[in-house]
Amino acid sequence: MIDLAISFWEWLPQWIQILAENILYIVIIMVPLMLSVAYVTYAERKIIGYMQVRIGPNRVGPRGWLQPIADAVKLMFKEIIIPTSSNRYLFLLAPMLTMAPALAAWAVIPFADGVQLADVNAGLLYIIAMTSMGVYGVIIAGWASNSKYAMMGALRSAAQVVAYEIAMGFALVGVLMAGGSLNLGDIIDKQAGGFFNWFWLPLLPLVAVYFISGVAETNRAPFDVAEGESEIVAGFHVDYSGMAFAVFFLAEYANIIMIAALTSLLFFGGWMSPFASWADVPLLGDGFHWFLLKTMFFIYMFLWIRATYPRYRYDQIMRLGWKVFIPVTIVWIFVEAVMAVMQIGPWAV
Amino acid sequence: MSFTEGVFYAFSAIMIMAALGVITARNPVHSALSLVLTFFATSAIWMLLEAEFLAITLVLVYVGAVMVLFLFVVMMLDINITRMREGFMRYVPFGIVIALILVVQMVMIVGPENFGLEQFAEPARHVADHSNTKELGRVLYTDYVYPFEIAAVILLVAIVAAISLTMRRRPETKYQTPGKQVMVKKEDRLRVVSMKAEEKEK
Repeated sequence: MIDLAISFWEWLPQWIQILAENILYIVIIMVPLMLSVAYVTYAERKIIGYMQVRIGPNRVGPRGWLQPIADAVKLMFKEIIIPTSSNRYLFLLAPMLTMAPALAAWAVIPFADGVQLADVNAGLLYIIAMTSMGVYGVIIAGWASNSKYAMMGALRSAAQVVAYEIAMGFALVGVLMAGGSLNLGDIIDKQAGGFFNWFWLPLLPLVAVYFISGVAETNRAPFDVAEGESEIVAGFHVDYSGMAFAVFFLAEYANIIMIAALTSLLFFGGWMSPFASWADVPLLGDGFHWFLLKTMFFIYMFLWIRATYPRYRYDQIMRLGWKVFIPVTIVWIFVEAVMAVMQIGPWAV
Repeated sequence: MSFTEGVFYAFSAIMIMAALGVITARNPVHSALSLVLTFFATSAIWMLLEAEFLAITLVLVYVGAVMVLFLFVVMMLDINITRMREGFMRYVPFGIVIALILVVQMVMIVGPENFGLEQFAEPARHVADHSNTKELGRVLYTDYVYPFEIAAVILLVAIVAAISLTMRRRPETKYQTPGKQVMVKKEDRLRVVSMKAEEKEK
């Protein structure tokens, strides 16, 4: 039977083999990712609940664990209403355009030493390109719904994302200078040697800029003026219902996980253990669990920030992006250049 | 047909369809979105040429930034589509002339006498870990450093010019200075007045 299976596999043309193998890997990455997206929504409601001294969802299943499943089933069976004066195709295309880049960027993420779907030379650049495309879904959704509130949300989001993307890009230029490569695997290898060898220390201002820009880029509180329910109802997705809305919702959480994973990869050593000298002790050595832990910590930070800060006013958001973050990153890139010439930190030969 | 060729033809077909969409779509937003798709397919084809840095930069710069701003502007335009349709026939002869000139120019430059495998040898394939980015950076910052810097300065001048053309001074607008707001002390804003309690009227 196994022989038959192997001979059948070898009989297939090569491109089908490549395709089947990659689809299998994609499924292995996507299924846990979608499950985590579902449970990040649960974690958010529960954690913010406890922070505000209430219990949060606790009715569906033991301690509310089945709440995300119940939400998903509810949303799937709701009707998708397409406004009559909307642009039908673009209206339905927009949620997909938000979701696709959020998932595509996972192709180059290294989960452990050498474990990644595609080991791309220009991995970091690929990630910037993918995250910069997420804004299309929002703009198209806002325009295609043909509604004033949706349009306002889309315009706000576009301006905000363009502003913060520059700061984010410059922060990543700093990482690139420290890592000496665009390859994500190489960037992590360069951070070998424990907690104080990770890039967060020489790149401290850039970590702050990157993470805060990440919060702004995902349109999360306190930067969620694109939704701004007190002013423009729900912003760009005000006309969406059922599964079309759910896709926007999922994409937002997929992006949160993405930014959290990237922060831990680029500045906190990814799958590296913080205790480099104890590598022989089980669980304290390098491995996927460290990556998971760090990512979970930064996801928690997102929720923590949301529970702590009130929403920014729009002009304050713009000021922070253009007048604070961009100058900070540019100055730090010069500082890095000096450090590289003086051979301090990760540039020590 | 190998897999690579299949990918090439698939993306070329998408690119040509999308490029046709840019000029045939009635709605300018559809045109802009077709242009996004064109850039995307182009970058996939560049990827096949092992130009991964340029391919991703094309997506990053044109799709991620330039076209977003384009869409931004196009969406704000109030365009009357029926009036545009009336004008179409008037401009057709003019359009045909320009198209012909462009085709002739393109044929003269990329025609078979100066392009193709007879004129250029097939580029050598590099090994998988060959870093295109590093190669490009080395050439840009050594051999072509002056043209590169001059181009950068020209772009900077263009930015400054564009801003100075559109910036209007508005003395009546009120701005906040967050520095001042943060530095403010209680004494600057708050005055404690001691008042005697009034007596009840009898």
